[in-house]
Amino acid sequence: MIYLDHAATTPVHHEVAAIMCDVMNNCFGNPSSPYAIGREAKGLLEKARKEVAGLICARPEEIFFTSGGTESDNLALWGVVCSHKGRGSHIITSSIEHHAVLNTCACLAEHLDCSVTYLPVDSDGLVDPDDVRRAIKKETALISIMHANNEVGTIEPVAEIASIARENGIPFHVDAVQTVGHIPLDVKQLGVDLLSLSGHKFYGPKGVGALYVRRGTPFAPPLRGGGQEGGYRSGTQNLPGIAGLGQAAVIAQRDMDAELQRLEKMRDALIRGIEEEIPGVRLNGHRQYRLPHNVNFAFDNIEGESLLWGLDLAGIAVSAGSACSSGTGEPSHVLRSLGLPEHYLNGAIRLSLGRSNAEEDIPFVIETLSSLVRKLSQLSPA
Amino acid sequence: MYGPKVLEHFQNPRCTGSIPDADGMATIAEGCGDVFRFYVKIRDNRLVQVRYEVKGCPVAIACCSMTATLAEGKTLLDAMEITNEVVEKALGGLPPEKRHCSNMAADALYEAMQDYLYRRAVEGKVSPARCSGDSWRTMYLPREVPGSKRGRS
Repeated sequence: MIYLDHAATTPVHHEVAAIMCDVMNNCFGNPSSPYAIGREAKGLLEKARKEVAGLICARPEEIFFTSGGTESDNLALWGVVCSHKGRGSHIITSSIEHHAVLNTCACLAEHLDCSVTYLPVDSDGLVDPDDVRRAIKKETALISIMHANNEVGTIEPVAEIASIARENGIPFHVDAVQTVGHIPLDVKQLGVDLLSLSGHKFYGPKGVGALYVRRGTPFAPPLRGGGQEGGYRSGTQNLPGIAGLGQAAVIAQRDMDAELQRLEKMRDALIRGIEEEIPGVRLNGHRQYRLPHNVNFAFDNIEGESLLWGLDLAGIAVSAGSACSSGTGEPSHVLRSLGLPEHYLNGAIRLSLGRSNAEEDIPFVIETLSSLVRKLSQLSPA
Repeated sequence: MYGPKVLEHFQNPRCTGSIPDADGMATIAEGCGDVFRFYVKIRDNRLVQVRYEVKGCPVAIACCSMTATLAEGKTLLDAMEITNEVVEKALGGLPPEKRHCSNMAADALYEAMQDYLYRRAVEGKVSPARCSGDSWRTMYLPREVPGSKRGRS
């Protein structure tokens, strides 16, 4: 199988799996316990915290472990809004955020009467920083913009938005689930206040992630309990997962430059090949400000789900912009925000590269995809 | 998620294509973007050729393929008994969320046969305009189709 869905999840790196097994087999202690095996667990926990902090150039005490990207996004939004004035706060976000942000905003609007500004994006998926500036109100409690879009791969101008947020004294959250471990990221340089990351997007385990909260950022922890993670995220830590996340961070940092170049090369070959071989395709997302591993194309008058299954039957795993398994058949909110013409809306697929791909795979993928597109186009009414 | 029959028909759809001089043709376009277009060629009240064009998910394609396979060679009346449910059964079942928007092939075939009957009615100087609603079909169908059994659904 050729796995081209690394943006959905990545295989666990063998070094990560080894550390996790070791922790599970040999260190069951609770990091909050004062005796020897508790202290040993605490040692592993703090080692992982340093490793994750190192990956994004943060201080270890600014890293709080969570169950993943969705929880980090939820904590960030609730935590900042509740520390502000809660009820009636204003939030600025974009229309192409992950549902973990969009649905949390909707929930805050419903339960805390928050008002939410959903900024539009241009046809490449870029948020205009000037739109952020114009949207700011007296009661704006939080700005939340993703670092890179998970579907179309566009990298947003977060540094510019961060400086606007800082000028106005508004906390700025960045959902960086798609970028952490893939492109260099320095929270100080970007100037963000909160940042979400997820382990399984960069060869770590599922069910573990982290939220970076810059020291001094107003934050009222929504998850209450035993006060673990400095009170920011109660609950006994998932130590094997966290140790695995730490190791994934070490590997990502170690291999980033080489892997980044390798992926960009394959990505560009894939884009070039598909554009040459298949007439009428449309690249979604920005050509230049783009994740090194993301390729997203829309095809005219073909349904993405048929492409997904046709490729699957040929041994290639990709993801479709909209699988109408929900029964609604609603096309992706991201593609809609990009303003794609109606007949392209249901015909998008995303191919996301990663460690398991080799350059030799690319010609086979292009060939299989173009013959499948030909077949489905012939079937389709003109 | 999808049974082997669905995937097999999706991968190797039967009876694909269009009929330029079709005796009947109909298109059903679904809200979610799926399009089903059926063409029929009819001799002596028998479907001698059934072809289709489809834009949709694997289920939509498999349903078209199965519908055409079931219908070709049948008499009009027998073919009219092919419903979406019959197609679903022949494919070994469909995921619940796919039953409605993707399983419209039999409806499109039925409409294509109605189109044929309508054209015949017009040729036969039976003016549909003089009948109320769909009653021209019931007036026309039993007289023209040999072997019709009154009272069948």
